Amino acid sequence: MIDFGFAPMEVSVHNMDTADLSLAHWINLHDETFNHCIACGSCAATCTAGQFTNFSFREVCHAIRRGEIKSAIDESEKCMLCGKCTLVCPRNVNTRNIIMLIRKANLTFRP
Amino acid sequence: MKKVAVIGGGVTGLEAASQLAQMGYTVTVFEKNSAAGGHVSKWDRLFPNRRHSIEVVNELKSYLNGNPAIYLSTAINKVTKKDNRFQLEAYNQVFEADAVLIATGFELFPAERKEEYGYGIYDNVITSAELEGMFKENGYPVKRNGDKPKRLAFIHCVGSRDEKVKRPYCSKVCCVTAVKQAIEVKEAIPEAEIFCLYMDLRMFGPGYEDLYKEAQQKGINFIRGRLSEASELEGSRVLIKTEDTLSSKPLKMSVDMVVLMVGMSPAQGTDELIAALGLQPNKDGFVEITDYHLNPVKTKVDGVFAAGACTGPNNITDSINAARSAAVEIHKYLNNK
Ligand SMILES: Cc1cc2nc3c(=O)[nH]c(=O)nc-3n(C[C@H](O)[C@H](O)[C@H](O)COP(=O)(O)OP(=O)(O)OC[C@H]3O[C@@H](n4cnc5c(N)ncnc54)[C@H](O)[C@@H]3O)c2cc1C
Ligand code: SF4
Ligand code: SF4
Ligand code: SF4
Repeated sequence: MIDFGFAPMEVSVHNMDTADLSLAHWINLHDETFNHCIACGSCAATCTAGQFTNFSFREVCHAIRRGEIKSAIDESEKCMLCGKCTLVCPRNVNTRNIIMLIRKANLTFRP
Repeated sequence: MKKVAVIGGGVTGLEAASQLAQMGYTVTVFEKNSAAGGHVSKWDRLFPNRRHSIEVVNELKSYLNGNPAIYLSTAINKVTKKDNRFQLEAYNQVFEADAVLIATGFELFPAERKEEYGYGIYDNVITSAELEGMFKENGYPVKRNGDKPKRLAFIHCVGSRDEKVKRPYCSKVCCVTAVKQAIEVKEAIPEAEIFCLYMDLRMFGPGYEDLYKEAQQKGINFIRGRLSEASELEGSRVLIKTEDTLSSKPLKMSVDMVVLMVGMSPAQGTDELIAALGLQPNKDGFVEITDYHLNPVKTKVDGVFAAGACTGPNNITDSINAARSAAVEIHKYLNNK
């Protein structure tokens, strides 16, 4: 092999064959509204925490659905549980409860 | 000759009435407004091909030549059935018929119910229906102070896909209407900057995706996020906030005008109208039909049929198809009686 002097980057692909969806299943088991999200972004747009840090409830849920458990659990710490997102969600996703579930899951699911 | 009563003189009612009259029935249309044509007569140019709505409405009205006859300013409040005949009650009048078609259409979602969007409070927050009125009147939108807006935002899904206001369903026509109106504004005011705030672009009909592409070619900007709130700035400008979900960042911008794409809600009064027949509205509040595949105009009561937007959000093509379908079903019903 010719040495070009650099190595291929770590693959940055969602591999859904190997993705760890255990947390997604677990959350949905405890709160089925988790799967009702239509990714509209209303929660993140009104979010108190999201105005100052790059935190988005929608993105956290999405990460969990793609098996990115560690980053999702870390991100969930930024939520202040103010509940504004619950007031605007057009699909009545139980947002605060889901944040609480993610935090609780920290013990069992964090890789 | 057997009599058919058509409740509602919008495009659906007019088309069905004309078909039934041609089959030889005696047809009467009851319209609560002082003119026929329904909502379509309020629109300026129609998607997908921007034909003037007046052409469509005038053609349908030209069928009203005695049979079908029309009673204007006659709202039907109640329908009852006795011995296979129907009694239709209007204000201090009763009419009789052998079969009834409900074609009472829809109502625009009352935008003031989304209080956080500021409709009825801020000067330059208008509805898509009002924009059609402005196109009809001036050919371009105008701000409250009479100026042309130079920066506009179209807000999708207002009173649709929103459980907070009990409108969980998609209204189907507002995505393509937003894109059509955005193109029309750009043509009328070439220097205008236009943004569409959408969640999904539901371009399901013939020519709709082409309109979307045309809008992209004309430089209309698309932002994937639902409006969370609007507030008024100095000079009656409007500040709007959403999440740009494609970059996962909150986004804010100020515009001269906000156009709310109001959804199609069940028509008021239709509930009471059908209640006396023992019919219930479906879970979204529209008239329930019994077979969505094989008989999309039949209700649970023999002799009572429903077509058009009173059965759920639809476009004119759907309305005309349902009207013709209802004419055939009514003919079959009256023939077998
Ligand atoms: C903003 C907007 C733009 C649109 N633009 C387009 C477009 O460009 N192209 C397109 O294909 N579609 C368009 N549509 C959809 C179109 O308007 C509908 O498909 C159409 O109006 C449905 O016709 P209809 O006759 O079923 O109902 P309607 O138009 O609502 O007519 C119903 C009629 O029944 C009457 N009525 C109601 N209750 C009673 C009663 N109790 N007694 C007597 N009369 C009664 C009403 O007064 C009304 O005249 C648009 C919709 C919206 C919201
Ligand atoms: S509850 Fe958490 S996610 Fe929701 S708006 Fe408040 S800080 Fe943001
Ligand atoms: S507001 Fe509700 S539906 Fe919208 S992205 Fe947030 S959780 Fe999903
Ligand atoms: S057609 Fe588009 S704007 Fe209208 S309710 Fe459906 S998704 Fe929303």
